[in-house]
This record gives sequence, structure tokens and C-alpha cells, in this order.
Amino acid sequence: MSTTTVDVDLARYALALGDDSLILAQRLGEWIANAPELEEDVALGNLGLDLLGQARMLLSYAGEVEGRERSEDDLAYLRDERQFTNLQVMELPNGDFAVTIARLLITSSYQLELYRHLTTSTDSTLAAIAAKAVKEVAYHRDHATQWTLRLGDGTDTSHARMQTGLERVWPYLEEVFDDSWIPQTLLDSGVAVSAVDLRTACHDYLDDVLDRATLTVPSTPAVPGGGRVGIHTEAMGFLLAEMQHIHRSHPGATW
Amino acid sequence: MVTTAWEIAAAVVDPEIPVITIADLGVLREVEIDADGAVSVAITPTYSGCPAIDAIKDDLGRAFHAAGYADVSVRTVLSPAWSTDQITAAGRAALAEYGIAPPAKQSWPVVGDERAVTVPLSVRCPQCGSLNTEEISHFGSTACKALRRCKDCREPFDHLKTI
Repeated sequence: MSTTTVDVDLARYALALGDDSLILAQRLGEWIANAPELEEDVALGNLGLDLLGQARMLLSYAGEVEGRERSEDDLAYLRDERQFTNLQVMELPNGDFAVTIARLLITSSYQLELYRHLTTSTDSTLAAIAAKAVKEVAYHRDHATQWTLRLGDGTDTSHARMQTGLERVWPYLEEVFDDSWIPQTLLDSGVAVSAVDLRTACHDYLDDVLDRATLTVPSTPAVPGGGRVGIHTEAMGFLLAEMQHIHRSHPGATW
Repeated sequence: MVTTAWEIAAAVVDPEIPVITIADLGVLREVEIDADGAVSVAITPTYSGCPAIDAIKDDLGRAFHAAGYADVSVRTVLSPAWSTDQITAAGRAALAEYGIAPPAKQSWPVVGDERAVTVPLSVRCPQCGSLNTEEISHFGSTACKALRRCKDCREPFDHLKTI
């Protein structure tokens, strides 16, 4: 692509979706060499790899249409905390395995519905990225679901930990379905997906899985959120320090 | 014998599975040569995060330089999305011969009829041919493969997942 029309709103939208995948990929990567069993090392690592691939495509596209000549690496490694626009649920610390699975259940349910709708975006690049991502995230949701069922409908210990995991991440679910950060023009033109539209399908799916897993849908109050406008939890600073410091320590270095 | 530009590109093999070419894998999309002899190749990634795409780009560059083409550019296209449906029959045979169970011949749509129930199909053991196999891990040595075990001959094997 030689000349691309600058579209700041589109860039911000692509960047937010890319940040979701990038930050979650970073969290899942932390399980490599630390998971309860070797197969999970590989599974969570591969889930993270899928997400990282999606993030690369979205960040590259954002950089392209933003018109500031920022590459995917510039965007991933050189932005400061307040410039990241991922949902707060993505940055939550992994906690124990049950917390990680609870969070993955939420994020994969959301991303599957998001990408499903995004495949019909009027922006052909977003639609193409979504067409690939939706198939991969279907596997992610299945992985989280299988573990939720096994842990929830498992021993007293696994059930308790799984319930605790859900309570930990549930307050961050509300922010997922907020549309206020999306420019109305992007919604009207069919480029962006309304997060509000995803709520019913997501909750229906989550309710069904939790029911089958003999778990209780938490009634925890929602946190204020703010991830989409750069407000993050305490954990985000540490995550970015770890993710960015090598790149920032060696400016201009290449393999 | 004149080797066409497509044939040069089509001969490049997958970096991880050297018995299958990028053409048989459905990764190679387009090869064009303009009037000045500049080659332009379009490839599509399998999984979003597949790390082999960069190695494939390098290999394509090398193949064309070796064939005497100095000006080669490789671009990635995302649409239409890659699917295991695009693997050719020759590709599937090569995978099975190598010991990797090929994907199902037809994938199922993720976007579409939400009421449709996905029924997992049995996977044939590439060693002994038995259908009595089970999945050990959904993620194997690469993102695209799952690890399975044959309950008859007791050998483990990789399975290229249907997507």
C-alpha cells in the first residue's frame, strides 16, 4: 500500500483492539515454564502466540492509517501507560491457574463475539483480520470452557478456586460492553462493532458454562474501568516495564 | 525446460514441515513478473501468529535470486482468510506420509448458523491407519498442530488441526 488515507479514529479503534490482544498475550506468556503441566505451558503459550499475531496485524494497520509513521514496534514498545487503550481485564495479574482460566473465559467469549461481528466490518482490513482471528479465538474459548467445566465441576478445592477466580475477574466484565469510547462515525459507517451489541450473547454463553460447571455467576459490583481512555490498574506499569525495557534499552537494535 | 515464476515459488517448502510446499499448503497466493523482470509474490499466513511467515519470505527471496531474479518483493495478504480447506490433496498425502495426520477435508464455519453442533471427527493414525486415536494435547509442537495418541499401535503423532 503506497498512499493510505489518514484516519485517526480508525487508527485509535484498531489500536484499542490490538492493545487488548497484545496485553493479554503478554500475560499468557508469563505461564510459559510455569504452568501446572507441560501441555498447559504449550497451550497458553500458543494462545498467546495467536493473540500476538492478531496484535501485530492490528498495530501495524493502526500505524499505517494513523499517519505518524509509527511501526508496530514503536506502538508496542514506546508508548507509555496512559496511551494504551486495552480493557483493564486484559492486564489483570494471572493469579493462580483458576484466575487465569476465569479471565480467559471472559476475554475469549468477548473476543469471539467481537470478531464474529467484525468480519462484516466495512473496513476490509479489519474484516480480514477478524476472519482469521475468529477461528483462533473459537479454540481459545473452547480451551477456557473445558477447564472451567473441569475445575468447577471438580474437587471441592478446584471448585472453590474457580469460584474465587470468577469473583476476581467479574468486576472487570462491565467495561467490556461500553461503547462510549468509539466515535459514532465509526459505528454508523459499519467500521466498528458496537460492544453493547455483544453483551447478550456473551452473558448467555457465560451463564450456560458456569451453570454446567456448577459455579455461581458472581454478583460483584463493577469497577469504574477506564482502560479505553488510558486509565489502568497498578499492575499495568509493571507489565509494561517488563515488556518494553529491552527494546527501550537498546534503541534501534535489530536482529 | 523453462521454470515459470509460479513453479519457482511453489517449490519453496514449509520451514517446519519440509515435505509440503507452500503451494500445497495454500499459503502461496499469487506470483507476478512485470515487464522489467521484477517479481512480486503474495503469501497468506496460516495462523495469525505463525512465526514461519518470515522464514518463508526469506526462502522465496533466495529461490528467486538463485533463479536469476534480482528484484523480488514478497507481501502478505490476509483475505480470503487461510483455511486448512486450501491444502491440496497432494499436500494432505505428503503430511500423512510424513507422519502428521492431515486436517479434516472440510472445516466448519465459525460465523454462521449458531445452532449447528460441531461433531469432532475421528483422526486416523498415520502410522497404522487405525481410527482408534485420542487427543493428548490440543496444542503440539506448533500452534497449528495437536498431539494425539493411537490406542492401537500406541504411537503418538501430530495432527494438523482443522481451521
